[in-house]
Amino acid sequence: MALPEVKQSATEARLSALTLPEGGCLKAARHAALSRVQTMGLPSRRDEYWKYTKPDTLVQAEASKAAVFETGEAPMFDGFDRLKVVFVDGVFDAEASDDLSLEGISIERIADICEKDIHWAKDLYGVLEARGQTPVERPLAALNTAFATDGVVIHVTGTPSKPVNLVYRHADEKSDAILHHVIKVDSGASATILENGPAAARFNKCMEIDVADGGALHLVRAQGRDHERRAATHLFARLGSESVFKSFTLTVNGVLTRNEAVVELTGDDAVAHIAGACVGDGDFHHDDTVFITHDAVNCESRQVFKKVLRNGATGVFQGKILVKEGAQKTDGYQISQSLLLDDDSQFLAKPELEIYADDVACSHGSTSGAIDEEGLFYLRSRGVPKAEATDLMTLAFLAEAVDEIEDAEVAAAIIGRLEGWLARRH
Amino acid sequence: MLEIKNLHVKLEDEEKQILKGVDLKVEAGKVHAIMGPNGSGKSTLSYVLSGRDGYEVTEGSAELEGEDILELEPEERAAAGMFLAFQYPVEIPGVGNMTFLRTAVNAQRKARGEEELSASDFLKEVRAKAKTLKIDAEMLKRPVNVGFSGGEKKRNEILQMAMLEPKLCILDETDSGLDVDAMKLVADGVNALRDEGRGFLVITHYQRLLDHIKPDVVHILANGRIVKTGGPELALEVENNGYAGILAEEA
Repeated sequence: MALPEVKQSATEARLSALTLPEGGCLKAARHAALSRVQTMGLPSRRDEYWKYTKPDTLVQAEASKAAVFETGEAPMFDGFDRLKVVFVDGVFDAEASDDLSLEGISIERIADICEKDIHWAKDLYGVLEARGQTPVERPLAALNTAFATDGVVIHVTGTPSKPVNLVYRHADEKSDAILHHVIKVDSGASATILENGPAAARFNKCMEIDVADGGALHLVRAQGRDHERRAATHLFARLGSESVFKSFTLTVNGVLTRNEAVVELTGDDAVAHIAGACVGDGDFHHDDTVFITHDAVNCESRQVFKKVLRNGATGVFQGKILVKEGAQKTDGYQISQSLLLDDDSQFLAKPELEIYADDVACSHGSTSGAIDEEGLFYLRSRGVPKAEATDLMTLAFLAEAVDEIEDAEVAAAIIGRLEGWLARRH
Repeated sequence: MLEIKNLHVKLEDEEKQILKGVDLKVEAGKVHAIMGPNGSGKSTLSYVLSGRDGYEVTEGSAELEGEDILELEPEERAAAGMFLAFQYPVEIPGVGNMTFLRTAVNAQRKARGEEELSASDFLKEVRAKAKTLKIDAEMLKRPVNVGFSGGEKKRNEILQMAMLEPKLCILDETDSGLDVDAMKLVADGVNALRDEGRGFLVITHYQRLLDHIKPDVVHILANGRIVKTGGPELALEVENNGYAGILAEEA
C-alpha cells in the first residue's frame, strides 16, 4: 500500500540525509530494517500512536540545535564503582572510557561484531526490534537499526562485580546521534546497566535485550539535564522463563522525550518491571509508551510511571498490557500518575488492557491531580515551611516509581537529582 | 499564653458566621477545656488558631505570648509554639513517619535560630518518647499515619507534640474514636507534657476525656460564643444534664 504523500515525502527527506553504514555481516539486517522504514514510513502527526506527541522534530532531516547545558554538578553515577563506556555525540570515546574487560561480561562495539565474528550479536541485531513492529509500528526504531553509527553489544555470562555505565555526553549543539545496543543475558547470569547523559542535540537510541531463562538485567537511566535536547528511545526486551528485567528511567528537563518500551514475556514465571519518574518545567514534553505482552504462564509485569509537571509542561503515557491466549496466572499492574503543580500543565494518558486468557489479574489506574492540600496543611502545622512541605509531598508522590530501583545507592542518587530539581524551583 | 479577644470568623466561600465573638485566655501551666454541642464552632476555633485555609477572621484578635498569630503562616505559628493535635490526623503516603518528625523538629529549630538536632540525638529522643506512648519501631518507619488504627493515629499526634515541645497545645476531640485503654494512654502522654510553661486547650464533646486530663477551667461554647465558664464541675454538669440544660439556663 502506498504511503500518504506527506508521510512519503517526510520519510524520503529524512532518509536522503542519512548514509547507510558499511553493513559487513550486518548488511542484511540493516537493509531489512531500511525496507521496514520505507514500507511503514516515518511517524506523522496523523498516526494514532503519535496522537499526543508531535514527531516532526524527531523525523525532520536535520536535528534542531540544542545548547550544551553546563549543569555545574558532577555527572550522574560519578563516584560509583562502575565500568564506564563513554559516547560523545553518539561516538564511542575509547580514551574517556574504561578498559572494557570485566569478569562475567563482555563488551564490544557494534563496528567490531563482524571482524571478531560475534555470532550471537549478528544473529540478534535488529531481531527484537523487528518483532516489536507488530502489532504497532515503531518506524524510528527500524530507522535506528538501519542507520545506527555506533553502540555496544554486551554479553552477560556471569555476575560482574560492578555495573556497566553507558555515559552519553553532548558536546556539539547540532549533533544527531543514532546508537544501537544489543544485550544478551545468559541463563542464570545477572548484571546492572546504568545510562546517563543527554547524548546529543537529537538522540535516537535503540536497545535490544534478550534475557535467557533465569537471567536478570537491571537497567537504570538518567536522561541528562539539557533543556533543548530531543530524544526518541526504544527498548525491546524478550524474557525467558524465571528471568527478571527491571528498568527505571529518570527524566529531568528535555524539550522532547519519547521513551518506548516493548517487552515480551515468553517464558513462564518471568518478571518485568518498567518504571519511570519525570519532572518537567515549562517547555517540556515527555512521553512514555509501553507495550507489554504476556505470552507465558504465571508472569508478572509492572508499569509504574510518575510525572511532576509545571509551567505548561506536558506528560504523556500510553501503556498496554496484552495477555495472549494461554498466558494464565498473569499478574499485570499498571499505574500512571501525574502531579500538576499548576493549572497550565497537562497529562494525557491512554492505558489499555487486552486480555485473551481467563485466569489473570490485571489492574490499571491513571490519575492526574494537584498536591493534597490536607497533607500540605498537616506538614505546615508541624512547622515545615510551605516550599519544603511541597517538596516532601512531591517526592512522596514519586516514591512508588523510585521504589522500583533495587539498588539503594542508585535510588539515593536518583532521589538526590529530584531534590535538586525541586530545590532549584524555590 | 494565649489570648483571644472578640474573635469573629466566617467561612471564606460562603456567608456563614461560625464564631461570633469568642473571648478566651489560657494561662501558662493551665489546662482549659472547651465543650460544646455539634456545630458550636469548636473545630473552627482550632483550625483558625492553627492557620488552616478556608476561614476569614472578620473581627477580633488572637495572640500567643503577646504576638498576633492570625497573620502568620501555619509553619510560623508552629515555630512560635502552637500545636494542634488533629481530630483526623492526615495520612501522607510516601513520607516516612521518622522523616516527617525530623523534618518538622529541625524546621522549627531553624526558624527559631537554634541548631538542628543531629541524627543520633534525634533518634535517641524519638525512641525514648515513642516507647512511653507504646509506639514501636515499625510504626516509626511507616508512612505518616498510613494504615494506622484510630488509636495509633492519636498516639502519633501526641508523639509529635512531645517531640516539638510546643508552648500551647490544642487537642481537637482527641478522644474521638478511642477505646478506654487507648484514651488512657493518650491522656498519660498529655499529662506527662503538663508543665508550668505550657498551656493546653482541650476540645471535647464528652466529659470522659477530662476524667483523665483534669482541666483547671471549663468553657462551654455554643453558637459561636463562650456562654459559660467554670471549674471542672461544669464538665460534670454537662455529663449529667446535657448541653440543653445549660443553654436554657444561659438564654
